[in-house]
Amino acid sequence: MKRSLRRITPAALLAVGVLGLWELYCDLGGVEAAVLPPPHEVASALWDNAGLLAHNFAVTAEEVVLGLALALAAGLAMAIAIHVSPVMRRAFYPLAVGSQAVPIPVIGVLLVFWWGFGLFPKLVVIALICFFPVLVTTIDGLASLDPERAKLLRTLDASRWQSLRFAELPAALPAALSGARIALAVGVIGAFIAETSTPTTGTYTGLGREIMLDAGGFQTARAYAATAVLFAFAIACFYSLAVAERRLAPWRRTPAVGVAR
Amino acid sequence: MPAGGSAPPPGRDLVVDGLEFTYASERGAPVRALEGVSLRACAGELVAVVGPSGCGKTTLLEVVCGLLTADHGTVTGPPAVLMPQRDLLLPWLDALENAALSLRLAGQRRSAARANARELFCELGLDGFERARPEELSGGMRQRVAFARTLLSGKQLLCLDEPFGGLDAITRSEMQQWLARSLQREPRTVLLVTHDVEEAIVLCDRVLVLSRRPGRVLAELEVPLPRPRRAGDAEVAELRALALEHLAGGGPGDGVLPGAPA
Repeated sequence: MKRSLRRITPAALLAVGVLGLWELYCDLGGVEAAVLPPPHEVASALWDNAGLLAHNFAVTAEEVVLGLALALAAGLAMAIAIHVSPVMRRAFYPLAVGSQAVPIPVIGVLLVFWWGFGLFPKLVVIALICFFPVLVTTIDGLASLDPERAKLLRTLDASRWQSLRFAELPAALPAALSGARIALAVGVIGAFIAETSTPTTGTYTGLGREIMLDAGGFQTARAYAATAVLFAFAIACFYSLAVAERRLAPWRRTPAVGVAR
Repeated sequence: MPAGGSAPPPGRDLVVDGLEFTYASERGAPVRALEGVSLRACAGELVAVVGPSGCGKTTLLEVVCGLLTADHGTVTGPPAVLMPQRDLLLPWLDALENAALSLRLAGQRRSAARANARELFCELGLDGFERARPEELSGGMRQRVAFARTLLSGKQLLCLDEPFGGLDAITRSEMQQWLARSLQREPRTVLLVTHDVEEAIVLCDRVLVLSRRPGRVLAELEVPLPRPRRAGDAEVAELRALALEHLAGGGPGDGVLPGAPA
């Protein structure tokens, strides 16, 4: 208990400090509340709109989790294909890089044309944004098996697929998980992009769409409240993945993000 | 050539004839690693290859194991497995699973492979460390796991590359005794590469002395001593002095010394 308290103290102190400065800045008349609402107004917007925010959060959380799952599956599959086949590398790698330059709103309408107003086009947008860090780190991870171990597998008569299964994939796992963490961090903003670039129907359409509507409709405090929820969600996701990483790849002993062992 | 110890297992002899190997280097001249190396190991025989660092000993083993293709010369013999200098245990597998890796690669299921590897694992004194991670094991234990993995490949010819090179003197001598005992229990043909002449004499039936790069066979010494042998024995020291004499005289350009194979 004492240790976990000590662990979160720096972040808590920093947050309190930043919030204090922010409050002070608003109170001293540096800026209007419609431009930057003071923290106490954001807090009361959070309280007053708890139900609405919770429903929209559920929508967005589902998109992020499923979108990331899709991104991981696509990133891993493509990384393996590129790793084992030079032809695939030459064919897919440049296109994968180029795909990161496509502004999502350009293709948003097309995705809706293909898959309708539901969840799936949003998952595709998130996956498109998130697969890339997974792809790049996994490709590097797959190539990180040291040549001596590769030689060992050959002398033990391992086939190409056995070498992949017993050595290259496990060797790539820590790197792939690092990629997944980056993907997670951008996944939340990916959900915002997905919600605002693909037309949607339904009562609750996610925090991203709500933020966009509120920011345009002078509901700045509520937009900030929704942002605070996304903010906390990104942090929670990131650290849960770091915990999962300890279980999945316990041989890698890097206290990368300061999670309790 | 007589095979030492217990009755040799049935199997083919290893015959290496006139091996030449040159490494292409990206800059500068290509490096000649082996120059006309020939040797023979009868089934069940323990043959050591000694020589200075960088004389092509590892290259020789890799050619014998089919990991490298020689420029000239031939290798015929039973299926060979290499035990590299470093233990190279896989950090994502526990100790028993590392030992059982050969069985897994032969297509056995995880539980079957573990069960089949367990007996040898315990014989090697690793009982109780089945679930230990490689990083939790001492150097000597890691080496034993690596040896179990090598034995379980089921191949008749073991090519051991400096198996005790990274160990301290005490562990090293323990491991030598232990290797001698395990090979008596489970006889195989062994090609042992080492730069420790004493180790070669303690463990093997014959010792080949290799020259500096490019490696050539300078001399071949029979070790007719009874087992078990100890590093301190007078006869061991005598043979060691003889081998070192060959090594010292074996600079490039020297003629072939007496005792070298025809």
